[in-house]
Amino acid sequence: MRRRSFISGTGAVVVGAEMLPFLKSSAAWAQATDTIVVAIGNTINSLDLHRVGTNRPAYQVTINCYDRLVTFGAKSQPDGTLVYDYNKIEGELAESWETAADGLSITFKLKKDAKFWDGTPVTAEDVKWSFDRAVAVGGFAATQMKAGGLEKPEQFEALDPLTFRVKLLRKSKLSLPDIAVPVPFILNSKVGKANVSEKDPWATEYFHRTAAGSGAYKVERWDPGQQIVYVRNDDWKGGKLPAIRRVIVREIPAQATRRALIERGDIQMAFEISAKDAKELKEKGSAVVVGAPIDNCMHVLCPNFNFEPFKDKRVRQAIAFALPYEQILNQAAYGRGAAMWGGKSTEPADISWPQPFPYKTDIDKAKDLLGQTPFKAGFEVPLSFDLGTAEWGEPTALLIQEGLAKIGIKATIDKIPGANWRTVALVEKKLPLHLDNFGGWLNTPCYYFYWAYIKGALFNSVNYEDAEMAKLVEETLHIASDDPAYAPKIKRMIAKAFDEVPRIPLWQPYLDSAIRKDVAGYSSWYHRQPDFRVLQLKKA
Amino acid sequence: MASATKLRILGQRSLQALPALVGIIIVTFVLTRALPGDPAVYFAGPAADARSIAEIRKQLGLDRTLIEQFGIYLRQLAQGDLGQSISTGQPVIKELVNRLPASIELTLVALLLSALVAIPLGILAATRPDTWVDHLCRFVTTAGVSLPTFFTGILLVYVFYYLLGWAPAPMGRLNVMYLSPPHVTGFFTIDALLAGDLETLRATLAQLILPATTLGLFTLAPLARMTRGSMLQVLGSDFVRTARAAGLSGRKVLFTYAFRNALLPVITTLGMVFSFTLGANVLVEKVFAWPGIGSYAIEALVVSDYAAVQGFVLAMAILFVALNLVIDVAYTLVDPRVGIEG
Repeated sequence: MRRRSFISGTGAVVVGAEMLPFLKSSAAWAQATDTIVVAIGNTINSLDLHRVGTNRPAYQVTINCYDRLVTFGAKSQPDGTLVYDYNKIEGELAESWETAADGLSITFKLKKDAKFWDGTPVTAEDVKWSFDRAVAVGGFAATQMKAGGLEKPEQFEALDPLTFRVKLLRKSKLSLPDIAVPVPFILNSKVGKANVSEKDPWATEYFHRTAAGSGAYKVERWDPGQQIVYVRNDDWKGGKLPAIRRVIVREIPAQATRRALIERGDIQMAFEISAKDAKELKEKGSAVVVGAPIDNCMHVLCPNFNFEPFKDKRVRQAIAFALPYEQILNQAAYGRGAAMWGGKSTEPADISWPQPFPYKTDIDKAKDLLGQTPFKAGFEVPLSFDLGTAEWGEPTALLIQEGLAKIGIKATIDKIPGANWRTVALVEKKLPLHLDNFGGWLNTPCYYFYWAYIKGALFNSVNYEDAEMAKLVEETLHIASDDPAYAPKIKRMIAKAFDEVPRIPLWQPYLDSAIRKDVAGYSSWYHRQPDFRVLQLKKA
Repeated sequence: MASATKLRILGQRSLQALPALVGIIIVTFVLTRALPGDPAVYFAGPAADARSIAEIRKQLGLDRTLIEQFGIYLRQLAQGDLGQSISTGQPVIKELVNRLPASIELTLVALLLSALVAIPLGILAATRPDTWVDHLCRFVTTAGVSLPTFFTGILLVYVFYYLLGWAPAPMGRLNVMYLSPPHVTGFFTIDALLAGDLETLRATLAQLILPATTLGLFTLAPLARMTRGSMLQVLGSDFVRTARAAGLSGRKVLFTYAFRNALLPVITTLGMVFSFTLGANVLVEKVFAWPGIGSYAIEALVVSDYAAVQGFVLAMAILFVALNLVIDVAYTLVDPRVGIEG
């Protein structure tokens, strides 16, 4: 059954599909100019981002198979790699949009000819249903919507079939970018409504297994735990028609296997490779390494204010001076990262974020600072990291342990299993000293501070509490970045983060992937997922 | 009658398994709840707040008392429903049906390969103790058991796929351009044969060779050592001496008398190795992207996916019970004493 439907579903490439079983190797299959094979290390566990329990790798389905009203454009890095451009918002399903003069509503005009895969037109009703769904299903989707001030279904209005309006609770620079993140994707509401039940008013069971959107790729086949196959939607109106007709994404858990596959050329892309592989593949030249620093993301060391010695600012600063930064970046990240130490001044020169903190390895200074405190004799502290991120966490923790030993702080390494990590580190916030790698989707410093420097915020796992900081974040979170009040306040926030170091940055990580030489157009995204719509295959 | 006796033994054995299963159901339920980590927090996602965590806890039914949860679990179980795995979002029963054949197929092929080498090797070593054959046997088994499977796996991939290019890409049960054969048994080799699709059969076997060899090397040791040991013991026993004294040919003594008796502990070992390997080949599954039961269980365990862990343990328990039955049957076939004495 599946076999037949697979072949009949391929439409225009039936001939190719029928030939498949007779090709002797996947390299031959891959030579087809419009198919690529991609290996990922994790498993895609749902086709529906809104569902409870959907994991991060599954976001790629939303990105490639659904449209949003708007999306981010792309820009070139100095080294030629492409990255998304936070400051350039482009229409996907929206042809145009207008923010009201008071900034309290945004009106979107939909593209007239946009159609869902089943041929029905995309209407403002569908958009309304999808937005309602994103705020109503709860969990991650609702939280992310809330960050942009999108909280209640009453805020969303379908004025006519092609006009959709979002009423905002307050004027905020985060609202439009938040509509461009993967969460508010547009589903086919007619299909959705036909599949609801009393227990499941948003058809999460249905969309979990079946995608129904208007995006550039359709899900041709999904074998959970093994592979997902996308085929191009030739009627896509959301952007430039993708060059790749079919994308086969295979789940290959072992890193060594993924690397062997890309080097041998049996796959065209190994998505998200380790820093070690990135470095070695680069040196060896057997595959092209593409990647960029992840925006608004840092690997940091977190001293918890619940732990008596860390209440003292000088102890935290002493630690910041005792860390072997250079070694950490080279050994834990194989040099694939941007340095977050060695800043010139204790006052930030600009509002770029993340930016290097004014600390560097200086054991004498660290000893001196610690000597001024009641803890000069040293103390013992457990240093925890998430086993799920052991690849960089373990070498980092060991180097930190070494560094702290030099100023008399005895750190004992404490590995915490992934399932337990979120509970103890982020919810109970009880780990005295630990590693963290939070990154904000919306690329503004105030957004990072909002999640990590405010009492009670999820990623403020150190229980940092400061009235001035809280006030600064509240004042800056929603105002425009070019508001004259913005920059001075952000500088003040950064200066406070420098001085008080409740989070000690180590480096800004890269998101690296390996591609074959004939693949072009790869672009890095803040959501850390592959976007197949922009890829091309160069003819040999 | 002998056959009636055998049937009675089988019936008794099956009944004996029941309390074990009940115990396993209770123990896995309690143990999964005792796991560290809070699934509600985990599944609430990266940016959850207290409210969304509470919502999810309610959706998962984790806000009820343990007794209530157990009652719900038992009721579902009685209807053949193992619940829904929250991490993969699929019904547990469906996942098991999909993944168990993949693991069993791999393990069986591995054991077959392993037995084909180990048993002759063991016999040779036993009949020629302290010769080079015996030393070879000792070397191969020690090496096989002391190399961790993921290492052997990666090594084989490196040599036969990466360097030589003889093996197909280690991308799971079938290469990207093949479609899985129409589902009948879930064993791709059998399904491909049933469909008369020799090309797919060939591709399936090609994908099986490396992972099966990896596992086979690991299981070689217990089988070869057990064959050698029990052969040595049997060859030294009175009835073999009597048979030899009676002037029977060496071949007849070896195969008809000695081997058949020596086979009993080997079968027991085979059964144990099978059930052990089935659950323990996680690393091989990872290296070869094999969609088997081991990696499923590990992933479920890591995220405290209760339904999946319970389903896995239950399936393994049932399998183990069934396997013991099969071994008992095999015993009655091989060992004439079982029928008479039982």
